[in-house]
Amino acid sequence: MTAAQARSLAALAAIWVVLLLAPFWMLPLGGYTALGTRVLVLGLAAMSVNFLLGFTGVLSFGHAAYFGLGAYGAGLALKFLAPSTPFALLCGMLLAGIAGGLLGALIVRRRGVYFAMVTIAFGQVFYYIAFQWSSLTGGDDGLRGFSRQPLHLGLATIDILADATAFYYFVLLCFALAVGAMAFVLRSPFGRTMIAIRENERRARFLGIPVERHIWIAFTLSCFFMGLAGALYALVNNFADPRGLHYSQSGDFVMMAVMGGMRSFWGPLLGAAVFVVIQDYLSSITVNWMSFLGMLFVGVVLLFPRGLLGFIRH
Amino acid sequence: MTQLVLFNITNGLIIGAFYVLMALGLSLILNLSNVINFAHGGFLVLGGYVAYTITPYVGFWGALLIAPPLTACVGLVIERILIRPLYGRDPLYSLLLTFGLAFIFEDGTRFIWGAQGKPVTIPTVLAQSVSSEFFFITGYRLFMVAMVGIAVALLFVLLRYTRLGIRIRAGTLDLETVAALGINVRMLRSLNFAVGVFLAGLSGVLAAGQLGLEPTMGTGLLMPSFIAIIVGGVGSLTGTLVGGLLIGVASGVTAVFLPAASEAIMYVLMAAVLLIRPRGLLGEEGMMT
Repeated sequence: MTAAQARSLAALAAIWVVLLLAPFWMLPLGGYTALGTRVLVLGLAAMSVNFLLGFTGVLSFGHAAYFGLGAYGAGLALKFLAPSTPFALLCGMLLAGIAGGLLGALIVRRRGVYFAMVTIAFGQVFYYIAFQWSSLTGGDDGLRGFSRQPLHLGLATIDILADATAFYYFVLLCFALAVGAMAFVLRSPFGRTMIAIRENERRARFLGIPVERHIWIAFTLSCFFMGLAGALYALVNNFADPRGLHYSQSGDFVMMAVMGGMRSFWGPLLGAAVFVVIQDYLSSITVNWMSFLGMLFVGVVLLFPRGLLGFIRH
Repeated sequence: MTQLVLFNITNGLIIGAFYVLMALGLSLILNLSNVINFAHGGFLVLGGYVAYTITPYVGFWGALLIAPPLTACVGLVIERILIRPLYGRDPLYSLLLTFGLAFIFEDGTRFIWGAQGKPVTIPTVLAQSVSSEFFFITGYRLFMVAMVGIAVALLFVLLRYTRLGIRIRAGTLDLETVAALGINVRMLRSLNFAVGVFLAGLSGVLAAGQLGLEPTMGTGLLMPSFIAIIVGGVGSLTGTLVGGLLIGVASGVTAVFLPAASEAIMYVLMAAVLLIRPRGLLGEEGMMT
């Protein structure tokens, strides 16, 4: 084992220890368990965005749509279909992934800033649907009237509704599965091809790689992960918000990825943690938090374009 | 019924003219500098509020004359300080930066002028209806369309017959060659940005007279402008013009038959265009693919 491998293994172990012990160290630091859960969920969303942005190199700026679809999918499943948490997660994921796959087929024909514009515009479609179809989605008020259900594991029942710590570990389990799947894809030949496309699309094309199809698959996979994150977010709040589908939410996700460091696998999680804490703090001390958030965007872009992890490594 | 349809088509055309003005500015900046200017709506709002503030002193006509160039000056400063360092980097960064700027603009206008909507008084000459049968054609609406027409015509004259315009068009096609020919590309980008922001400021003043002012109005007009560019085809200003009018009229006509879908029809149009002709109606193949 080389020194670099040992270092990255140690870092990985440290990350998991920090995540596993979060309910214990967060409270003394003035946090609360639900904050940790939110960071995990938004971190998963930022990592899903980065799956495309950082590893395939295509700029999707409309991913909030799939996050929101996941949330509405889970909420509607709980409200109308069956009172089961795993089933709700599955529904949210499927809704987002299938919508992403269908739209992705149209979107992948464009590249660069044009790709970004098309993803934003298509993302807004779902925002309008959630906004207009009030009889189903609750319109402006959002989808209410559902809550996450206790988990039945045959012998035991885990009450994730009342017990915040149990729910944190449930979310952590989902997070671990999703992140593991992401890492698995990235290590596979397919993942290597994604990185090849990011580094030099023209060369990848000359090598006979069907670039469009790879980007489409990467886009669809990232929408599935995004849907899971959105479904978990609906469970966190017991509520689905149409504003979660808006492109300004997509901007937040991209910001988390960039702020953490989009060339690294774990960067977006760090970015999400910092972003959530800053946003929480700002909105509690000033009504002009939007200005400060805007300045944060400007500052990160101009001063830390490689993100926190990139900055530390250099 | 005819009157209703006519009313909505006129409405659509007027709204489309707005989209065009806004989208042309966005398109100019996008084509030359590869920057998606999310703050464009912010500049529109700024133009409107500046006009609102100076109207008591210089009147509506004075505001119409002064506010857009003032907005362009603000744009010039922002381009110089914040956006210039990002040219040549991944377009992601300028996108995020202007995204943050849009937040600052919205919050800033709310801070300075208040969250309440502000009405802008227009000259009485323009407030009257032109004919009693077609009551909806007020002088102001005709005036708006005329102003948009003049602005678009001037823009095309600028791009076709002046040295600056020819350089902008050349830079859109191949910026490297333009730079190699000894043209100051930084200056070109700055001026181009200022022209784009000027158009946003002008739309802001015109919108203020028709819709009143609200800090959030820029965000609402941004998305249709995006769609206008995508439908018309990136890289083609004529395409943007056609795209803007098309989605305006389409949403106007849809409002007659299915009001809930008047917004959605734009997205349907966009999806259809991307499906049948991915480069957009008048887009050049190979441009920004």
